[in-house]
Amino acid sequence: MLVATALSCIFVRDLFAVIMVFGLYSLLSAGFFLSLKAPDVALTEASIGAGIAPILMLGTLALTRKRSEPQPRAKKSLRSALLPLVVVSLTGVALIYATLDMPYFADPAAPIHNHVVPRYIEQSGQETGIPNIVTSILASYRGYDTLGEAFVIFAAGLGVLALLGFLSDGSGREYWQFEDTANLRHHAVLHVISKILIPLILLYALYVQFHGEYSPGGGFQAGVIFAVAFILYALVYGLEAAYKIMSPVVLRYMMVIGVLIYGGTGVLCLILGGHYLEYGVLSDYPKHGQHIGIILVELGVGVTVASVMMTLFFTFSGRAKRSVLKKQGVET
Amino acid sequence: MMSAIFANLPALQVILPLLFAPICFLLRKRGAAWLLAFCVSLCTFAVSIALFMQVSAAGPLSYAMGGWDPPWGIEYRVDSFNAPFLVLLSLMFCVTLAFSYKSVEKEIVQPRHALFYSAFMLCVAGLLGIVITGDAFNVFVFLEISSLSSYILISFGKDRRALTAAFQYLIMGTIGATFLLIGIGFIYMMTGTLNMADLAVRLPSVMDTHTVRAAFAFIIVGMSIKVALFPLHVWLPNAYGYAPSAASVFLAATSTKVSLYVLIRFTFTVFGAGFAFGAMPLQPILLVLAVTAVFVGSLSAIFQTNIKHVLAYSSVAQIGYMVIGFALASHAGLSAGILHMFNHAVMKGCLFLVAGCVFYRFRSARIEDFRGLGKTMPWTMGAFVVGGLGLIGMPLTAGFVSKWYLIMAALDHGFVGFLIIAAVLAGSLLAVAYVWRIVEVAYFQAPDEVHENGKEAPFILLVPAWFMALLTLYIGIDPSLVVGAAESAALSLLGSTP
Repeated sequence: MLVATALSCIFVRDLFAVIMVFGLYSLLSAGFFLSLKAPDVALTEASIGAGIAPILMLGTLALTRKRSEPQPRAKKSLRSALLPLVVVSLTGVALIYATLDMPYFADPAAPIHNHVVPRYIEQSGQETGIPNIVTSILASYRGYDTLGEAFVIFAAGLGVLALLGFLSDGSGREYWQFEDTANLRHHAVLHVISKILIPLILLYALYVQFHGEYSPGGGFQAGVIFAVAFILYALVYGLEAAYKIMSPVVLRYMMVIGVLIYGGTGVLCLILGGHYLEYGVLSDYPKHGQHIGIILVELGVGVTVASVMMTLFFTFSGRAKRSVLKKQGVET
Repeated sequence: MMSAIFANLPALQVILPLLFAPICFLLRKRGAAWLLAFCVSLCTFAVSIALFMQVSAAGPLSYAMGGWDPPWGIEYRVDSFNAPFLVLLSLMFCVTLAFSYKSVEKEIVQPRHALFYSAFMLCVAGLLGIVITGDAFNVFVFLEISSLSSYILISFGKDRRALTAAFQYLIMGTIGATFLLIGIGFIYMMTGTLNMADLAVRLPSVMDTHTVRAAFAFIIVGMSIKVALFPLHVWLPNAYGYAPSAASVFLAATSTKVSLYVLIRFTFTVFGAGFAFGAMPLQPILLVLAVTAVFVGSLSAIFQTNIKHVLAYSSVAQIGYMVIGFALASHAGLSAGILHMFNHAVMKGCLFLVAGCVFYRFRSARIEDFRGLGKTMPWTMGAFVVGGLGLIGMPLTAGFVSKWYLIMAALDHGFVGFLIIAAVLAGSLLAVAYVWRIVEVAYFQAPDEVHENGKEAPFILLVPAWFMALLTLYIGIDPSLVVGAAESAALSLLGSTP
């Protein structure tokens, strides 16, 4: 099924359908990850791949056109068609070649199960006081990588702002002049349903955020789910209403605050005499300190992810609005 | 307090620019973002110098992030190979910022300044993080930070083609990073560890498997894209050509070198020279590609009309020299390659600064704009001539030193060595051609009306350009410091292999 959806992604010309199929692909792979016993990854894939990515792509679609242009048959076409094909096939061959000697799936003698991992499994509970091993690896043992990932997301938000959304006069006025394009606004059914759904989604996001230490979940997934609630609100009630709750300026501050919560936790550890991100020093009991540290950094990640995702959506749709307004201006 | 700072220097090296980047993003006042970035760059430079001193006095440093011992946690490892790179990166950080105050003001509209400096600091932090870490996956994470922010920096260019250039770089760079990730995934699967030193211990027992061979190939190809090794260099000329001047100065001087650093680090520290050059046919492939790069890069540079493109294609050629040194895999070759990485950073930095000065005056840097600049902008052109002589490899400049060492290293390799020497000499002749073209226009053609009353570039732009020019001359006259650093770097790399 994965292969079928991937192929249909390539061959379908209607971009709207492509995006839907793409979301389906992510949902399927989330199921795939779940069957491999990786619920954390599955949750991430489901919320990002099937949740937010299609929405962002739809936002892009609103900026461009719905169908891909049929390629004009230029001279270069043979070469430009062959080169990616060759590269992809070579990569595929190399990947298959690499699997020849791989340890079998779930082989207890495989090296990954016998070197670093045993300590994570046996001792992370005592060392960090957190039952979910994935969370303690993510936020503590390899917390510095996760800090890096939070900054990658921050950089992505920065990039979108740099390319699309920067306010020309710096006052933020431009953002407020939207009117509604979505005719969703007047659907009573949608209103009622989303009114019921949004609080539930927010609640679920908070649950994923703070329960991440016991069950699958954590900052990344929670941030995305949180953002989705706002995006749903913006879709149904219009951007303007959403801006009244979350203005782009607030979002910009939240982006910064999110990464600074994470980085600042590390600095606090430095000041208290530990290594960078050594949460043990945050409290008299190392285990308790680990707990505090992990909650703090997960919060930082959640805030960053949520605000960047909302920024991405708002900038895309704000841009779409602007171009719609411009087109109308030309016609009248 | 002081001892606490000293104990945490490796962490501070990266988190200073990393954490101040988001703060910088919020500063709205004119010049505030620049001022903050500049202060941070000075601190970063001080930290890198302190680390360099510590390493050369007391040997490699290891710092456990989060207090978790490697291989469970992430290790920062400073040795005599990466300490000089930290100094180089932080030095270019300072120099570029000194230059960018005026240059960015001219090229980027004010409300976007904070964004630019924020992305710039993220980029520096990413590159520093790649260089300092001793953890294979951490390399990938910081590679993502630096790559994303350099795409942003390039897209700030005034020319609309900057957007296509950034997009092309994004596609190529993402493929490169993904290949690196696949490779790291494979070696993790075979060894169960991500720490580089630990990998080096555990890899030999599984070396003779398809998976490890494929992992090696993926890492080499992926990083070659980021290094812009021929024929994977197509993203580079446009990316450097259309980026804002300040960004092209920094990226040209550092980013490909950092990728080459990763390549060398994985080849020697993780996989080991015995595997890379014995079991895998790395040497002939790299040598052929690198020699082709020297010719293709230099020839393309001769036919460019925009000076930034000339310099970018010349970078492709100069990367060829570095890779030749690396592919020789001997102590002499490796130190020549590393030496050229430093020297080229200094010279190319100088030349891009000059291009930035000209761009500042005329808002473009085509060859025609150089007409008569020998008279109207004598100081700018003076710096250009010094940097250009360095590229050619004239005695008393940095370029001569590294080419000399490269030739000496090639002499040990018999017939292949002679071919390499011939290529290096031919490359230098081609460099004469493309540098002379510009010098001739500048000194022997009269300026046209538009450029007649062109003035010298502002003092504040000339200072960094001349600083780099003098550094080029200094290394050319007294190379002992840089040569010593490069030789001990090569020694530490070869010493760490079984």
